Amino acid sequence: MSTPGVETATDATEAPDPLEHPQPQRGGQRSPGRRRAGLRRAALDAAEGYSFLGPNLVLLGVFLFLPVVWAGWISLQDTNGFGDGVFVALDNYGRLLADPIFWQSAANTLLFTVLVVPLSMALGLGLAVLMNSVMPARGIFRTIIVLPMVISGVATALIGVLIFDQNNGIVNKIMRATGLGAISWQSEGIPAMMSVVLVSLWWRVGFNMIIYLAGLQAVEPELYESARIDGAGGWNQFRYITVPMVGPSTFFLLVMNVIYSFQVFDIVFVLTGGGPGYSTSVLVTYAYENGFVTRDQGYAAAIGIVLLVMTLIFTALQWRFNRSRDQVG
Amino acid sequence: MTLSTPVDQAGAAAAGSATGGTAPIRRRKPSTAQRRGKALRVALAIMSCGILLFPLYWMVVVAFSPRTELLTRELRLWPQDFTLANFDTVFTTFPVATWFGNSIAIAIVVTAITVAVNLMSGYAFAHLKFPGSNLMFLLALSTLMLPVQVIMVSQFRLVTGLGLYGTYWAVILPSAATAFGIFLARQFIIGIPREIIEAAKMDGAGGIRVFAQIVLPLCKPLIAVLVLLTFLSTWNDFAWPLIALKESELFTLPIGMLFLQGAFGSDYGAIMAFALLSVLPMIVLFLAFQRYFVQGFARSGIR
Repeated sequence: MSTPGVETATDATEAPDPLEHPQPQRGGQRSPGRRRAGLRRAALDAAEGYSFLGPNLVLLGVFLFLPVVWAGWISLQDTNGFGDGVFVALDNYGRLLADPIFWQSAANTLLFTVLVVPLSMALGLGLAVLMNSVMPARGIFRTIIVLPMVISGVATALIGVLIFDQNNGIVNKIMRATGLGAISWQSEGIPAMMSVVLVSLWWRVGFNMIIYLAGLQAVEPELYESARIDGAGGWNQFRYITVPMVGPSTFFLLVMNVIYSFQVFDIVFVLTGGGPGYSTSVLVTYAYENGFVTRDQGYAAAIGIVLLVMTLIFTALQWRFNRSRDQVG
Repeated sequence: MTLSTPVDQAGAAAAGSATGGTAPIRRRKPSTAQRRGKALRVALAIMSCGILLFPLYWMVVVAFSPRTELLTRELRLWPQDFTLANFDTVFTTFPVATWFGNSIAIAIVVTAITVAVNLMSGYAFAHLKFPGSNLMFLLALSTLMLPVQVIMVSQFRLVTGLGLYGTYWAVILPSAATAFGIFLARQFIIGIPREIIEAAKMDGAGGIRVFAQIVLPLCKPLIAVLVLLTFLSTWNDFAWPLIALKESELFTLPIGMLFLQGAFGSDYGAIMAFALLSVLPMIVLFLAFQRYFVQGFARSGIR
């Protein structure tokens, strides 16, 4: 990853990539003699491969794959507390279909997704373009934009609780002072969702900026040079060079952001608790409530499976889209 | 707000030279328009960063302000009185030191296990030939798409069934079951020339010796990135520890913070004092190793 040289490397984001390997990559050419190694050799190779892989496979198998299958099984049971449940086939899914709170949580999850994904990407791209241009103290600016990424979701949400407090919060104080009037961030549904979205944007924009910045740094400056010679202005250069050239970054971010948004939990749980009423309840907070507050675990597992299916459908869609795009390109 | 003025990346030149042909000559000396463009960009950057920094600034202000300050209806953007009372309250009411210790202990153990097993897997996928390696790689890849929240109920039953509930291990083992480091590790280790590894094997070195004495010493930057990212994500982890930790003596900092919120309600001074203490170590770590964090974020897509 080389920076199209403008300024001296004053900040960490443009210092040499620590993961860039010092040695050149070579193809795995094996000498003919080694190819003739027998079955014994192959068995030894297999044993070696799996013994290096083993610890990780065991952890993944026991704590991820087994629980997924188990979650499917629990979702087919009527459970009471933490004891064993009674097999009820698809009853829990039937209940979901008739549960208005489930539908509201699903709708809120989608609303959160369609708001946070494009906004965080647009802001991330804007900041990346800004941070890729010539300016003093660029390194400090970049550091500040990335900084929220290391703050825990809980601390982020608690800061959100503090500043969006509708009685004494600083946001409402500023709004009153400027004559805009206070907003009922806690007692009304739409402002509550807005606060969740704003806090999430604050938390996520740095990630989007980093990915776009890496994408921008791979664009050859000559492209802009020739566009300028052809008389393209700033907006046209952005529209016809920058946006297409960061296409792969956009695609990667779309996938990562959608998957994050489907699973949003920390911010909502701490900032609004899903309230007021269920107006900011999302699938994961609703599953948590069912699984660990009302202890209707079969039902909670069913919500989890719905989330899994949503993720799988999205993954399949992006896979299809990516493949057809590759074929066209 | 930042999108309203898309600025071309190669500099301010375009702003003043829409006329085309003369551009290369005029680029040498910055014109008035170029300087104005640069000033505009700096102003935008300052504004964006101001907005991004404000919540953190406000956390610090509230943490060091007396309670009465928050209850005033006046708008005061600067601290009026300085007090350490909030920190005093937090330390005397809650086992803050214990929670710190728990967070550190859990993060260290999770990091050690995760980084070790991910390095081994990365090496296997990069340089070892064995049947099913592609299938295993796809399986590991698929876990990155898996929403961990999907399995919180069954995972809870699992740790309970294994007798781990109520111990640190209830948090540690499921947290260590992650594949995200595998890809970073594989990508890095594949850059180590195969000849080095083959030569060591010819000399009679066993698999473990090759890994420990040849591969690992070449992986220091990789290990740094993996350690920092895993430590950060474990330190900040919330959903699973919330489910897996029962007694308050076992709480990590994020769970303690939630507990504190329940206890103090709108006494934000105490809550912010504690929040500040919990985020400060990660901010320091980030500022010290920014290069590694940024590369890790950029390459793994996971914090």
